[in-house]
Amino acid sequence: MRVRVDGEEFVAEPGETVAAVLRGSGRDAWRTTRIEGRPRGLFCGIGVCFDCLVVVNGVRDVRACLRLVADGDDIRSQGWEEVPS
Amino acid sequence: MGGIESADVVVIGAGIIGAACAEALSAAGVRVLVLDRAAPAGATTASGEGNVLLSDKQPGPELELAKASRRRWPQLLDEVRELIGPDLAEVEWDPKGGLVVATGADEMGPLAALTAAQRAAGVEVEDLDAGQAREMEPHLTDQLAAVAHYPDDAQVQPVLATAALLAAVRARGGEVHGGVRADGLVTGRSGEVVGVRTGSDAIPCGAVVNACGPWAGHFSETIGAPIDVLPRRGVVLVTAPMPPFVRRKVYAADYVDAVASAEADLQSSAVVESTRSGTVLIGSSRQRVAFDDDLDVEVLRGLARGAIRLFPGLAAVPVMRAYGGFRPYTPDRLPVIGADARVPGLWHATGHEGAGVGLAAATGLLLADLYTGREPVVDPGPFRVDRPEVALEAGS
Amino acid sequence: MRRVVVVGAGPAGRAAAAATAAHGVEVVLVDSAPKLGGQYDRQDTRESGDRFALPSGVEYLPDSVVWAVEPAPGGHRVHVRTGPADSPERAGRALETRALVLATGAYDRSLPFPGWDLPGVYTAGAAQALAKSQGIAVGDRVIVAGTGPFLLPVATVLCSVGARVVAILEANDPVTGWMKRPGGAVAGWGKFGELARYSVLLGHHHVPMVRRSAVIAANGTDRLEAVIASRLDHDWNPVAHTERRFEVDAVAIGFGFTPQLELAVAARCDIEGGFVAVNAAQATSVPGVFAAGEITGIGGAELATHEGTIAGTAAAKLLGARVRVPFRAMRHVRSGRRFAAALQSAYPVRPGWKGWLRDDTLVCRCEEVPYGELRRAVGGLDIGGVRSLKLATRAGLGLCQGRVCGRNVAELAGLADAADGFSRRPVAAPVRLGELAEDTPVESER
Ligand SMILES: Cc1cc2nc3c(=O)[nH]c(=O)nc-3n(C[C@H](O)[C@H](O)[C@H](O)COP(=O)(O)OP(=O)(O)OC[C@H]3O[C@@H](n4cnc5c(N)ncnc54)[C@H](O)[C@@H]3O)c2cc1C
Ligand SMILES: Cc1cc2nc3c(=O)[nH]c(=O)nc-3n(C[C@H](O)[C@H](O)[C@H](O)COP(=O)(O)OP(=O)(O)OC[C@H]3O[C@@H](n4cnc5c(N)ncnc54)[C@H](O)[C@@H]3O)c2cc1C
Ligand code: FES
Repeated sequence: MRVRVDGEEFVAEPGETVAAVLRGSGRDAWRTTRIEGRPRGLFCGIGVCFDCLVVVNGVRDVRACLRLVADGDDIRSQGWEEVPS
Repeated sequence: MGGIESADVVVIGAGIIGAACAEALSAAGVRVLVLDRAAPAGATTASGEGNVLLSDKQPGPELELAKASRRRWPQLLDEVRELIGPDLAEVEWDPKGGLVVATGADEMGPLAALTAAQRAAGVEVEDLDAGQAREMEPHLTDQLAAVAHYPDDAQVQPVLATAALLAAVRARGGEVHGGVRADGLVTGRSGEVVGVRTGSDAIPCGAVVNACGPWAGHFSETIGAPIDVLPRRGVVLVTAPMPPFVRRKVYAADYVDAVASAEADLQSSAVVESTRSGTVLIGSSRQRVAFDDDLDVEVLRGLARGAIRLFPGLAAVPVMRAYGGFRPYTPDRLPVIGADARVPGLWHATGHEGAGVGLAAATGLLLADLYTGREPVVDPGPFRVDRPEVALEAGS
Repeated sequence: MRRVVVVGAGPAGRAAAAATAAHGVEVVLVDSAPKLGGQYDRQDTRESGDRFALPSGVEYLPDSVVWAVEPAPGGHRVHVRTGPADSPERAGRALETRALVLATGAYDRSLPFPGWDLPGVYTAGAAQALAKSQGIAVGDRVIVAGTGPFLLPVATVLCSVGARVVAILEANDPVTGWMKRPGGAVAGWGKFGELARYSVLLGHHHVPMVRRSAVIAANGTDRLEAVIASRLDHDWNPVAHTERRFEVDAVAIGFGFTPQLELAVAARCDIEGGFVAVNAAQATSVPGVFAAGEITGIGGAELATHEGTIAGTAAAKLLGARVRVPFRAMRHVRSGRRFAAALQSAYPVRPGWKGWLRDDTLVCRCEEVPYGELRRAVGGLDIGGVRSLKLATRAGLGLCQGRVCGRNVAELAGLADAADGFSRRPVAAPVRLGELAEDTPVESER
């Protein structure tokens, strides 16, 4: 499977989580916090903490630790830029 | 309860209404003590979205109280800040303005009639065309029939505001006690209030303010001076924090009808706004279901639909929480503020339904005006306790 | 025939579904994960096939999250969304049932310390889940820290995926702790055997276990570079001059478990001592609602399985099946509970952790609330309950809805008794507004 991480193409295996793909791309943080702008990645690994949020195919707030990748997924780190209208 | 000595006035209920009354009384030099059976600001006030609105009110006594309250809030917050310092007085006051949106042609007429009447009553309202509206709210639907802008609509965080008012009461030497339930009154020879019963103890005082919110009807009954205040359930959805999306308070034009409705069945119409923490609040349903607070997915569904109708982009946003509360409701939908002639020394300040946060500032002031014999901030007549719509016969 | 709905496909939920089906009663087994397993039996999602088999008669719904439970005539309505996690395009179902079994399990509790928000700090559960389901080691050099026997399997699985576990730091002193409760220890001998095996494995990998120590700070600018460990006294206060710096790229933290209570709370089940209260038939205080596994108490996978068997049998009985009383499972549950109680008393969380915090240490990760701010609000404002605490400080109001910080914040604010208040989450998992707006046909009992 082929997926894109912040525009760059990577190969992924079926059954891999988005978090695994992100780590495989050399990242251990992909979300910026709202107040302090701090980096966050995985913390609980099982869908409880919501630290690992990422944008998948244009949809925000996807838990990278839970979501399995699908072929062609467009994965982007999540920040606080205003949504285009 | 060993520590509680006595007070001039005991305020029962530490919601935003009790806190505002206590603050205004203490500012007038009255020694107050505030009781709550649970935690201060933990009941209806914790459910309030914190809108301080003129836009949803038809001309009449409630609008007059709302106008006075809108004027009073910023002054009140300045005074409180002076007293307790800027950190504790940070209550997220935001005069951000509101938009009322008619999406269907059938809503245009009623909206035009409402705005005309409000203008005549001194409310500032601006008619917007679709382009202007979307400039103010870029994510608003393009199905716009008519839009009215109310620059004076504002917002405050109700729990922080209540906590700040209570901190001011303390700073003036008043007392606040959580976890103490008022069980009844102690009365003197001619039936006048001389104290409040709390379990096996009594707190001596000269007057009592019933500010028990949706439980005010129940409390008034236990003390033999019943007033007709009932709970009306409301539910709010909270989204995940998101980048700026909704700037003002935006609601559907049919909201005003739902507020004014006396129906017991579910009334639902969209009210959408963002908070300082980036979440979007979606209200608000109205349903008279006693104190039943089970989740009802159909209610949530109605709220979601209404919000998406106003802001289609919200469809992709996650809801992370839903909460409900019980608005203190009176049959004629006006609050009850004033002395109860049936029991000398007994006062009520309650029945603000879905507007208690907004109306709190003027309610406190009005109560203190009446208590101290000052010129009242608004005509107290419409809020009298002995009006037939609310004063019930004892034992009825 | 009517049907039982089981939520959670960990050891407890699988056993419940199997027991119900064994009595010829239809059962729907719902789990948010893509594969059967739950926490302890988590499977590798990259492998095809399934390690676990379900008897026929069980309708299994993977990738299906229960986001709400509401009362319905005679029972409950269970609202499910099925599809990729957090996707706005999941399919909705609303299943009505007169017999609901909740087996939603638990997740690790973490305690805050300076720097715990740095990437590279993980929960023990994360380290285990990443290893088991993805074959990933959270780091090359890892410290495992916290309290409880579950740290051992976490360290073991880390070794198996190639991490070097520098040390296990156990904050309590378990050997003496155990000895105080011989009854519980005997009851849990099976578990001891398992733990002994882990100890041997860890010996092979030269993983030292240091008692009465903890990670009390993490250093780094944008990611973890090193941790500071310290000896602790009995109450977990750091002992002066015992600090040690470890250069590691990951730390896995686990201080016991927090049960996943929101569905039980939504169904209005009584909660006692932080867990769902159940009787000998695993029935909760609410007619037609049963609970099994870690939501009724923390006792390991084996106890969860036996509880599940009982719950599934009781649910079948409620729907009219003739059942055999599961005496064996009931006996195991009795001894398992003794083991669980012993476990609790041997590995408590002691109050000294509050001394690890600095004013700028985040107590709520989602809303980034520093400890100093929480203290100021609690000291200066009238906060006497969880609801006003959350609204005044924002702690617990973020996306995790207090799952991570709730108990800690309640303790820091002196409201420990009220910690359950954080489990009131009528929306038990996030749903998109568009999903919520959709019509979902209600499937009443057949
Ligand atoms: C979903 C929802 C949204 C809302 N949105 C808004 C809004 O945007 N703007 C707005 O202005 N208003 C709003 N409201 C309405 C507003 O929240 C209420 O009008 C207001 O909070 C009422 O305040 P209160 O002090 O009268 O009641 P409460 O906050 O309920 O306070 C009453 C207190 O009395 C205590 N009490 C009761 N009986 C006793 C006793 N016997 N002894 C001691 N203590 C007792 C209770 O514990 C409680 O703390 C909303 C309400 C709801 C439910
Ligand atoms: C780090 C860690 C290490 C552990 N190591 C061990 C060990 O070595 N030995 C041992 O005996 N125990 C261990 N445990 C404890 C383990 O969690 C339990 O023993 C066992 O898994 C509990 O079984 P359960 O069925 O109660 O819950 P779980 O196994 O936790 O299963 C609960 C299931 O419910 C599902 N669920 C929850 N909420 C919902 C919802 N709203 N909608 C749909 N599905 C939902 C979850 O997806 C999950 O699959 C460990 C736990 C952790 C976190
Ligand atoms: S890491 Fe906690 S939710 Fe994904």
